[in-house]
Amino acid sequence: MPINYYIFLSVCLFSIGIVGVLTRRNAIIIFMCIELMLNAVNLLLVAFSRMHHAAAYALDNSTLVGSEAQIFVFFIMVVAAAEVTVGLAIIVMLYRNIHSVDINFLNRLKH
Amino acid sequence: MSITEILFWVLSTAAIVAALLVIFSKNPVHSVLWLIVVFFAISGHYVLLNAQFLAIVNMIVYAGAIMVLFLFVIMLMNMNADQEPTKSKWMKIAGVISGGSLTLLLIAALKYNTATTGGEEAGIGLIQQLGKTLFNEYVVPFEISSVLFLSAMVGAVVLGKKEKNIVNSDIANQ
Repeated sequence: MPINYYIFLSVCLFSIGIVGVLTRRNAIIIFMCIELMLNAVNLLLVAFSRMHHAAAYALDNSTLVGSEAQIFVFFIMVVAAAEVTVGLAIIVMLYRNIHSVDINFLNRLKH
Repeated sequence: MSITEILFWVLSTAAIVAALLVIFSKNPVHSVLWLIVVFFAISGHYVLLNAQFLAIVNMIVYAGAIMVLFLFVIMLMNMNADQEPTKSKWMKIAGVISGGSLTLLLIAALKYNTATTGGEEAGIGLIQQLGKTLFNEYVVPFEISSVLFLSAMVGAVVLGKKEKNIVNSDIANQ
């Protein structure tokens, strides 16, 4: 597979996430769009890892180049899980206070 | 057309269509279910790229744990009714135009590549190899991420706890 295909797929998924963040008003859907963007980046990291590993393997067949990127994806998943926990707790707390998850009612930090 | 290319196109189409349905479906529960479809398609891509460990972790952590958490919260808030007031039409058009411009810009900037992801490889995506790398070179970030998880857990509990004085003042006001 040419690496271009993976770049285009990731760019499409990332932009769909951005459009979702810009057009939706439900805070939970916005959170889900952020997860979508993180996954697009993960997919691109794995594709680049495979590309670099294949190039290095042609020269030296005991190389482990490319496993760093997969460790990086692993850490992105860890941080995303922690972020979702705290973010959903904040959304639940806001819902208990103002009985809505519409982000237009969440502008009290401005005042 | 080899079987890998067919699988690539099928998984890519599934991922993009499901991602579009995530942002365009009115019901939040349907959005969560379509996002699970996106995550399974991305797991399929990981398998095609010989990253088997990440494929399994993606399925368990994202499609299993995180999405179930989202479903719990949505059902806790009883939001499955369609009660979201729509944004104005111009905001939607502006959002779609800016997202489309970003797509065009990134594709135009990144389209001149000749590298491929094919070729031989030594199984770096298997759990044995990744575990060796993780626990030899990346042991400090691993431990720090465990501290991060602990603080996230404590933070979620502190945020989710009912605040006693607010509840009492509400009762006093009524």
